[in-house]
Amino acid sequence: MFAKDYHDLGTPAGKGESVTLDIDGATVTVPAGTSIMRAAALADRDVPKLCATDTLKHFGSCRVCLVEIEGRKGFPASCTTEVAPGMKVRTQSEALTKMRRGVLELYVSEHPMGSCPDSSRCELEHLAEQHGIGESRYAGPKTARHVHTPKPVDHSNPYFRFDNDLCIVCSRCVRACEETQGTFALTIEGRGLDSRVVASENQPFLESECVSCGACIEACPTGALMEKSVLTAGLPQQAVTTTCAYCGVGCSLVAEVTDGAVSRMVPNRNGRANQGHACVKGRFAYGYATHADRVTKPLIRKSITDEWTEVSWEEAINHAASEFKRIQAKYGKDSIGGITSSRCTNEETFLVQKLVRAAFGTNNVDTCARVCHSPTGYGLKHTLGESAGTQEFVSVQSADVIMVIGASPTEAHPVFASQMKRRLRAGAKLIVVDPRAIPLVKSPHVEADYHLRLMPGTNVAVINALAHVVVTEGLTRDDYIAERCDRDSYEKWKKFVAEPVNSPEAMEPITGVKAELIRGAARLYAKGPNGAIYYGLGVTEHSQGSTMVMGIANLAMATGNLGREGVGVSPLRGQNNVQGSCDMGSFPHEFSGYRHVADDSVRATFESMWKVPLSAEQGLRLPNMFEAALDGSFRGMYIQGEDLAQSDPNTSHVTAALASLECLVIQDIFHNETAKFAHVFLPGTSFLEKDGTFTNAERRISRVRKVIEPLCGYADWEVTMLLSNALGYPMNYRHPSEIMDEIAALTPTFTGVTYEKIDRLGSIQWPCNEKAPEGTPTMHVGTFVRGKGKFYVTAYVPTNERTTSKYPLLLTTGRILSQYNVGAQTRRTANLAWHSEDRLEIHPHDAEARGIEPGDWVGVTSRAGDTVLRVEITERVAPGVVYTTFHFPESGANLITTDNSDWATNCPEYKVTAVQVVKVAQPAAWQRRRQSAVPASPRRRRAPADNPA
Amino acid sequence: MDVHHLVSMANDIAAFFDSEPDKSAAVEGVRFHISRYWELRMRRAIIEHLQRGGEGLSPTARSAIEKLTPVG
Repeated sequence: MFAKDYHDLGTPAGKGESVTLDIDGATVTVPAGTSIMRAAALADRDVPKLCATDTLKHFGSCRVCLVEIEGRKGFPASCTTEVAPGMKVRTQSEALTKMRRGVLELYVSEHPMGSCPDSSRCELEHLAEQHGIGESRYAGPKTARHVHTPKPVDHSNPYFRFDNDLCIVCSRCVRACEETQGTFALTIEGRGLDSRVVASENQPFLESECVSCGACIEACPTGALMEKSVLTAGLPQQAVTTTCAYCGVGCSLVAEVTDGAVSRMVPNRNGRANQGHACVKGRFAYGYATHADRVTKPLIRKSITDEWTEVSWEEAINHAASEFKRIQAKYGKDSIGGITSSRCTNEETFLVQKLVRAAFGTNNVDTCARVCHSPTGYGLKHTLGESAGTQEFVSVQSADVIMVIGASPTEAHPVFASQMKRRLRAGAKLIVVDPRAIPLVKSPHVEADYHLRLMPGTNVAVINALAHVVVTEGLTRDDYIAERCDRDSYEKWKKFVAEPVNSPEAMEPITGVKAELIRGAARLYAKGPNGAIYYGLGVTEHSQGSTMVMGIANLAMATGNLGREGVGVSPLRGQNNVQGSCDMGSFPHEFSGYRHVADDSVRATFESMWKVPLSAEQGLRLPNMFEAALDGSFRGMYIQGEDLAQSDPNTSHVTAALASLECLVIQDIFHNETAKFAHVFLPGTSFLEKDGTFTNAERRISRVRKVIEPLCGYADWEVTMLLSNALGYPMNYRHPSEIMDEIAALTPTFTGVTYEKIDRLGSIQWPCNEKAPEGTPTMHVGTFVRGKGKFYVTAYVPTNERTTSKYPLLLTTGRILSQYNVGAQTRRTANLAWHSEDRLEIHPHDAEARGIEPGDWVGVTSRAGDTVLRVEITERVAPGVVYTTFHFPESGANLITTDNSDWATNCPEYKVTAVQVVKVAQPAAWQRRRQSAVPASPRRRRAPADNPA
Repeated sequence: MDVHHLVSMANDIAAFFDSEPDKSAAVEGVRFHISRYWELRMRRAIIEHLQRGGEGLSPTARSAIEKLTPVG
């Protein structure tokens, strides 16, 4: 596929020793294993090609890349022929040109020149034109495949269409679906002139197994597979490289812009995180950014029962500032606080926490990571010394055994899942620890060697049982432990996990996992030799979330699986900038770089730069803010980019707290559930309007570049500055790079980070400082960040959330591929074609016992509340377990989750809620009202100073 | 602050440190955790609760809160 400013080298890179050869008289040195095609392209002597592209293995079918090699007979294909020392290659000759013209003419007979809707993007037409081919001598109804076997254009996918008439059956799309995405949804049906690309069992794309990742479009050399947006928008006038704002993979994307609007989003082939791939969200679901629901004018109201009034920025900011000042004067400086967002940039996040600490004068700042990965920060900091994952994504290609715990990468982190599946197809073993049969358990060419299908809430019991096997069967890496770990803590832990109570047999009644499966999985992981653990919110969102993270780190240390490629402990972060928001000092007890506010020397560096005294007392965590709001000691909040009323557990508790506030200021792009309780609404910006950086799950800092101007007139960081200045604490940044310079000056792990360096290197993985000037792909090499790795005793403590005869089932929650988090973005895109409502998955036995049929409405009741969902009967969940996603507010999933939380961090226990499920006739009254509700427009008032220029 | 909630939080912390074989270390673990992560009004509330009898606190949580630095 045409890609602006990208030089396609034809085949993937070789990996061997250097080989020198001669190509058209030029001396070229490349790694052994490199194809002649790639070597020639690297020497700017590109060989014509059609079936080759450098993201796929060579195929050798199109016959236009033929070359001559001195001393060899015939005309070998340059894509399938590897370089050799001293080889002399000719890429151009009269004979080669004649053959290529002949082959191209045959292709053109089936794909006439000018038939592509946008010929400038068609590789075939480009090539034919270069070879002086206008019309084909072979064209005609007897040879033209599309005439021979006509097929209608497939428009079923909301984002792209497939036109068989433009297809040259090069198989690039089929191979991309296999090699890049790993879904195997496409195939070639028929033979000879009848051969054509089909999806699944010759189904429309939308109804097939296709996951709409776009890899086939990226691979297609003609206009056969093409985005619908391109068909209407035309050629891009500009291309901006930026970073996806969905999950924590942090794909590098190229936004193509036509007439001021995004006409296409393509994966950046040079992106280190995504390696030229994307998913249905990142690649296609960007339309929310310009959705009609966007709020672009500031709004205020006196009471949450009043209508909104549209006002100028000046009035909104001054109102918010005066309210915060009033509240602090009346109730004390600790009566207000702020929340940063994992959807905002590092610079925006840093500025919000600075506003709270320096301008509000309190440490009452927290972030949405509180409710997802805060146990990761706690657990990894205590055991290994740093609150972050240990690897880069490419490390998975060196793993021998992959253990996935409490995560469903194909649904929540699909681009990394594709990389993982590539490694699994190459032979790596797979252990899945999850109550649900996630797609990875069994999918095309991938099958888990062990699926430890535990009962929700028993993670720690399982990790201890795995450790028990490792310790009692002598599978520990004693040399590694002796050299790198704290001996006393190891001995204590070893004695603990060796106790019979932690054996797989003793734990089986608790976990529901057969002891022999635990034993087999433990042996497999420990013997690796490279064992890599990837985990998600199924680990952290438990009452023992931090304990489990420590248990994972214990196991990895005991088996020597840390500190090199192919191993490690890797949290898969839910949102795009969870890592970054944590790094930036969003937690109430820590400055940027995870340093406690009570540390006098650290605090002094911030006081010196910020020129204001800072509190040495840690502030309130998010759930504690709700508690304090309900007792009247917390009265005002500034929330940037988060929908607490939908995303936080026990909705009635959260909304009661929000409703009690005297001033709630939210900054967002849409009216969300939290906005119902707000007094000031400050319009925010989408990722397309942002300028800054995101940090993904690999600690990779990538640039987010402005593609379109902020619809509301101001960048989010500028709005925070306005608020700070109105409060009397001056902020005068002229560009986000100046904020990053301040972050670097104050944060030891960021001292080497600059925008210039990120632009030069493409991205940087922190720590980036004097010791690692170009960043750190793998952490804990040689030694752990904390010095000696520390083991923690991790006793299993059952959650307080127990099943009873009244609440006999355990509810757990998760995500689906096409939707994202609370759905604010993806619900406003055509992704609804795949998932338009949340459903409750229930096992056939549990459904039958309740008289529930497929598609029925069911009432779901917990100790916290109740809601109604439509049911899906499936064996993906075990008997006794039910599951739902939480992408739609009308589902009210968090009405039923409780306020149980992790002992160390207060991360909510979303993953375990005891419920009862009964068949009902229809959704609850509030749900029916919501489904039929039309959002009210704000009352407009003239805004005299509403020019942000 | 809902003191029942704070009691529950303190007991959850104590439940983790209770697996520590050295009981004084367990108490110190709970004390240190609360002093590093709980905001002032939360610490004040739990100390006041202890002074009123400390109903519901587990033995380890109770011992740890007894050792918390008093807050004004």
